Amino acid sequence: MELITEVIIFVLAAFVGFEVISKVPTTLHTPLMSQTNAIHGIVMLGGLIVIGLSDDIVNEIIGTIAIAFGTINIVGGFMVTDRMLGMFSRKPKPQVEDKTTVTPAESGGEAGQ
Amino acid sequence: MTLAVLEPGSDGVQLLYLLAVVLFILGVRRGTHPTTAKQGNLIAAVGMAIAVVTTLLLDGIGNWGLIVAGLVIGTAVGVVASLRVQMTAMPQMVALYNGVGGGAVALIAWSEFRHALDIGHELPLDELIPILFSMVVGSISFWGSNIAFAKLQDLIPTKPLAVPGQQVINALLVVGIVAACIVLGINRDDPSEPLFIAVLLAAALLGNLVVLPIGGADMPVVISLLNAFTGLAAAAAGFALDNVALIVAGTLVGSSGTILTLEMANAMNRSVPNILFAGFGGAPAAGAAGGEERPHKSVGPQDAAIALAYADSVVIVPGYGMAVAQAQHAVKEMADELEQRGVTVNYAIHPVAGRMPGHMNVLLAEADVPYEQLKEMDEINPEMPRTDVAVVIGANDVTNPAAKDDPDSPIAGMPIIEVDQAQQVIVIKRSLSPGFAGIDNDLFYRDNTSMLFSDAKGAASEIAAEVENL
Repeated sequence: MELITEVIIFVLAAFVGFEVISKVPTTLHTPLMSQTNAIHGIVMLGGLIVIGLSDDIVNEIIGTIAIAFGTINIVGGFMVTDRMLGMFSRKPKPQVEDKTTVTPAESGGEAGQ
Repeated sequence: MTLAVLEPGSDGVQLLYLLAVVLFILGVRRGTHPTTAKQGNLIAAVGMAIAVVTTLLLDGIGNWGLIVAGLVIGTAVGVVASLRVQMTAMPQMVALYNGVGGGAVALIAWSEFRHALDIGHELPLDELIPILFSMVVGSISFWGSNIAFAKLQDLIPTKPLAVPGQQVINALLVVGIVAACIVLGINRDDPSEPLFIAVLLAAALLGNLVVLPIGGADMPVVISLLNAFTGLAAAAAGFALDNVALIVAGTLVGSSGTILTLEMANAMNRSVPNILFAGFGGAPAAGAAGGEERPHKSVGPQDAAIALAYADSVVIVPGYGMAVAQAQHAVKEMADELEQRGVTVNYAIHPVAGRMPGHMNVLLAEADVPYEQLKEMDEINPEMPRTDVAVVIGANDVTNPAAKDDPDSPIAGMPIIEVDQAQQVIVIKRSLSPGFAGIDNDLFYRDNTSMLFSDAKGAASEIAAEVENL
């Protein structure tokens, strides 16, 4: 693929990530962090690709460790996120706090003066 | 043996990767609401499965014995670790998973570099630069995350560990790494592997040195930052391998991690450079230093129960100590008893309560505390003067009035839950010892504060029993 095409994809992906993710309420930040953490486990694909490239022993060891690490990242990441989010969905009522405006921090600051 | 069904870089493969990436984006988007987040995580996991299977079917994928070995080992470790981890240890777990991800990126970069050497292929700059970037950043992320894990797990002291001349050493390492990378770039027709490994080790050392001096309280910000780093390193690996799935997924994580990092730092009123380069106020503030013998009031569970049972409104301020003691269920019981007597009970959640944004909400949700009783700091602070009793359970630094009153305090300016404004404060804590930030808490010595020295779980159960008997 052309380098410039990859750069365009990179820049647009950064904006998509920013737009999608900036809407997450604070409450879900730990699960979100865990989920995105699992998503970067996708580097494991790189391990699958490079391990087939050569059959020298050092490369094979490096590649196997990389695949194992990447798989831990993916499997562990998604499972742990699922466990965390399970805590939320067990709630009987789906009443979600949907605050559109949060009181700015000034209120706290003024009270302290 | 190779399955060799799909041609690398063909339209079909790119479309499958696109599908995977779209599922990642949808998954994260669904993660924005508590009701759809679990589904979103599943969607992202399906996307990951598609990406992995697609790659396994590519022409040129071989060495199946090792691939299967890697997948089996990784899956076994991942499954066992995530099933066994306590909810309280979540931040460490994220740090550890982030670390192995960073390690994988660095190893893949190394492997690619070796491959180019083997076949005597001159690496073009648009491949070499991403390789070097992902190697350096992946290595920093691996070692930095491991240190963060060790600190949160109390394997090494959480206090800032400073080496004399730290900043100079770090700066020299950065300069050395950049210089070595430039040399590798200039000699790219015959790059030296020992120099490459030296850079790998220098980056490892840098990862250790940058995180070691950072105090435990700042660790979530660091983990979040390293999460973003690993994402960017994965994107760089995508550039080197011409893999669009890696580029998009890595970049997504890079931008989300950056936002999270800024938001967490913001919640603590600290800037990211300040956290990274200043350590956390090495010595305790002068005003708080001699506080060991300061007078304080203490109460027993019975008195606390009476104060709570006859209050109109009670605010519970849970902290990491409550989580460690696994006291969330006992606290919920206590709250139920109070509510049966007509007391209004709310929970005040500091943005960084627990050790990460949202961590405390997860723990309380685990104990079936209704969502609408969880109030954010900005929402609850104006209510504090009208609150009869504030119960601080295992929280410390986030209630310290010194953040407002003492400009010299290391936590000066950090937003706090203003429990000192409540009519009466009951602090359930084992001792007067300082919290994560390593500083004394003025709150404990206020006139309207009573200390209940006990572990969180026992105290909450006893109070619940006393309230029931009133």
